[in-house]
Amino acid sequence: MNAILLTAIWGVVLMLAGAFIRNKRTPVYMAIAGLTGILVANCIELKTGEAFFIMDVKDMLHTNSFNLTFLTVVLGCTLIFFLLSGRDFEKVGVNVSEYFALVFFVLCGISIAATFNTLLMLFIGIEIISIPLYILTGSDKRNLKSNEAALKYFLMGVFSTGIMLMGIAFIYGGNDSGSFYINHINAGAGKLLPMIAIGMVLLMIAMSFKVSAAPFHFWTPDVYDGAPTVFTSFMATIVKVGAFFAFIRLFENSFGKVQDQWQKLIVIITASTLLIGNLTAVFQQSVKRMLAYSSIAQAGFMLFALFAMNEKAKEGIILYSAAYSLATIGLFAILVKMKDYTIEGFNGLAKQQPLLALTATIFLLSLTGIPLTAGFLAKFYMLMAAVQNGHHTWLVILAVLCAAISAYYYFRIIQAMYFKEAVNKENDNWPISASFKAMLVVTAAIIILLGIFPDILLDWIYYYI
Amino acid sequence: MDKLSEWVTFPDLLIWLPLVAGLVSFTLRKEKQVKIWSLAISIIILVVSLTSLFYTNDHALNSAPWKWITSLGAGYTIGLDGLGRILTLLTAVAFPLIFGSTYRNTYKDSNVFHGLMLLTQAGLMGVFCTMDVLAFYFFWELALIPVYFLCSRWGGEKRIAATFKFFIYTFTGSLLMLVGIIYLYLQTGPVYDKVGTLMSQHSFSISSFYALHLTGHQQNWLFWLFFIAFAIKMPVFPFHTWQPDTYEQAPAAATMVLSGVMVKMGVFAVLRWLIPVFPLATIRFEYIVIGLSVFGMLYASLIAMRQDDLKRLVAYSSIAHIGLMCAAIFSISQVGMKGVMIQMFSHGINIIGMWIVVDQIEKQTGVRKISQLGGIAHRAPVLTLLLVVIALANIALPLTNAFTGEFMMFSGLFKFNIWFTAAAGLSIIFAAVYTLNMIQKVFYGETNLLTAGFREIGWQGMTVLSLIVTIIFVMGVFPQPVFDLTRDTVTAILTRFK
Repeated sequence: MNAILLTAIWGVVLMLAGAFIRNKRTPVYMAIAGLTGILVANCIELKTGEAFFIMDVKDMLHTNSFNLTFLTVVLGCTLIFFLLSGRDFEKVGVNVSEYFALVFFVLCGISIAATFNTLLMLFIGIEIISIPLYILTGSDKRNLKSNEAALKYFLMGVFSTGIMLMGIAFIYGGNDSGSFYINHINAGAGKLLPMIAIGMVLLMIAMSFKVSAAPFHFWTPDVYDGAPTVFTSFMATIVKVGAFFAFIRLFENSFGKVQDQWQKLIVIITASTLLIGNLTAVFQQSVKRMLAYSSIAQAGFMLFALFAMNEKAKEGIILYSAAYSLATIGLFAILVKMKDYTIEGFNGLAKQQPLLALTATIFLLSLTGIPLTAGFLAKFYMLMAAVQNGHHTWLVILAVLCAAISAYYYFRIIQAMYFKEAVNKENDNWPISASFKAMLVVTAAIIILLGIFPDILLDWIYYYI
Repeated sequence: MDKLSEWVTFPDLLIWLPLVAGLVSFTLRKEKQVKIWSLAISIIILVVSLTSLFYTNDHALNSAPWKWITSLGAGYTIGLDGLGRILTLLTAVAFPLIFGSTYRNTYKDSNVFHGLMLLTQAGLMGVFCTMDVLAFYFFWELALIPVYFLCSRWGGEKRIAATFKFFIYTFTGSLLMLVGIIYLYLQTGPVYDKVGTLMSQHSFSISSFYALHLTGHQQNWLFWLFFIAFAIKMPVFPFHTWQPDTYEQAPAAATMVLSGVMVKMGVFAVLRWLIPVFPLATIRFEYIVIGLSVFGMLYASLIAMRQDDLKRLVAYSSIAHIGLMCAAIFSISQVGMKGVMIQMFSHGINIIGMWIVVDQIEKQTGVRKISQLGGIAHRAPVLTLLLVVIALANIALPLTNAFTGEFMMFSGLFKFNIWFTAAAGLSIIFAAVYTLNMIQKVFYGETNLLTAGFREIGWQGMTVLSLIVTIIFVMGVFPQPVFDLTRDTVTAILTRFK
């Protein structure tokens, strides 16, 4: 609850501050300070179980240690994102303060989508996430690609929102209790009524759009490629895991008891997401586009949480959110500093910028799922959840084969950095600040720490129920 | 010592010494400093490993389990049984030999090179010592990553593609094994602490994996998930295609690690994690596995006979040797199993000796083509003499270390099936053909332009080769200590089949 209110308030503050502050640096510091405060407030709520403000929300929002842990991960990753890439907001345009305000609004939307208890709140949460993102995507106003991406994203997003509303309407209409509460839907679902089944499938399609799961992923590469790189980083990581969390929360609480009736659909979506994401990523020449496809591929792994829906899956999604977000944010932060986005642009980086190359290697190893990094344990928990579920073991084998394919494209960057000679020398004299390097090291250290001791994060899930 | 062993045990030292030393060596600047440092550390590790052979008390060899990921029931549990001791000893012996023989090689960024070598050693030691499946998987992969960087950075012309093939092969195998590990893990029983509170639903400890009662059907498919991972590593036909390319392209020191020690990871893993966990499937599929191994032996030997490239010849001969080990393991007999134990060690030592000579030839003449060489014996008689001993050991002549092992493995195989034995025996004849042929063409005959300026190997290399030859003879005459050392493991494995 703390996170919802405070992110909204701080977003408004930053927006108004934009009118008065001319200095470009001040919004960055304000955003970092504000987010640190919100993170602390969220941790206090997780520790004590009580928000600062007691509000009667008619149980439309419900917090427990699981979704508060998730919010901690989201806020923590955003903080690292600000620390790494906050200064690069300036490169996008002049309205730095507003960009930060929009990011805070997205965070507010994620907080709602992670704690919703009625379909209305889900809808509001998803919309609050989406609308600022349309603006952020198009924020590079003079760039045609950015404009195209924004329009595409907007049209696709509105379309999927329509489908979602349709689904909600069907469920509301087909539900005896006549309520939007997700646990009421659950109570009414022993055997799915046709109306509810239609609504459920529509919701599944809409949410698949939001998390860019195949076959509803077509907008992703273009939008991620067209958007300014700093915002792609935010969209591909924090926003995506936020939407995932809402997806899982919705299906677990509303349709968890009839999982056997829709699990096959998820199996199809998971398998096609894994295959399409990984196979297409292999052929990309631009690192930014490759990361877009890799984000689809990683979504395939996160879908295992939905497929399995057990305790291990819960732990898995928390760990996966952290591991995937941290590694991708780190990679994008390095990519923003690069002049050449192709894989060849990384050639010889190890000689020119050894520290950047080393941390990028750790991020890539984590995305591949090599032990000692958080990415390995994240995949491990997901696979474990899926095997424990007991059905469709072939999907697990398919997933590990896809993980092997993913090694191919992630390692291409490592090969470029370490084993190839640089074509041009312009990377030699980068203006890379010591604080940026320090932050990269911290991010890599967190990834390795979580890769060895996942319990420091996962124990919080069971802190109180 | 008793007081000390409460804090640190031999396996602890074997893992952490190279790990810390490797990290330290990244920070060193001067090439000479780095070389002395890594050689000294590897010798200290060898001393630790040798000392551990004299201790039989449990405290010094097995660490108290330390909880690692409590909610999963994974622990940092390490210990040394006979199998672990012989292989940690091999690792500990191999690294000083490698560092010594390549002392004169110069590397760009030699601090990184030696650091990665030591990290590889730490990974290998971890694989051989760990008694926890999750930790085993961690070390299994961790041994691979430094080798990947070593081979791609310092290897030959086509190094990047060759190493990547190797990496993708082994990574795919490991991931399949991971699925198997997860499945088995979910079958294990819960873990309680001393007071009786539930710590985790399942456990990764080796004892809980050994205690599993799996149905024949479960074993049938799980067996292959594990076997493919190990077969790629060993390598057994048809999973061997990465091996000649990688050995050819990798830098000499890394090739020695790969062929001397790393392939033993596969053999080790079969002995520790495959056969004892899936006894029913082992019996069921032994014909297939032995068939593949024996076919691979013949196939590799025939290719080796037609090879003109020295490195590829040694690589293919290695496939044939490993094939025999794999076949002997699956014959499930005491004599065969004992033979595998001694042969793992002997093969590791002998092949490192072969690589040292090949590396020397390539460095001095710049070619590896057998047809272009000749007459080296006139120029370097001592090197030739040492090589001939090593080569004879490689084809398992009596009095050499490999003879005992191969003889015992053949006896094991003989009890299993006479036809397979006959076929495998053919490959020994082939081995004699290609090895002697190689010696004749490379070392005898007339010197030519390339070999006219050939000089004797430096004193470091000479020392290493002499040491190897000494080990060859000592073990050839007194193999008994190795049998005593590994008796517990052989008995433990065979009791799974009673």
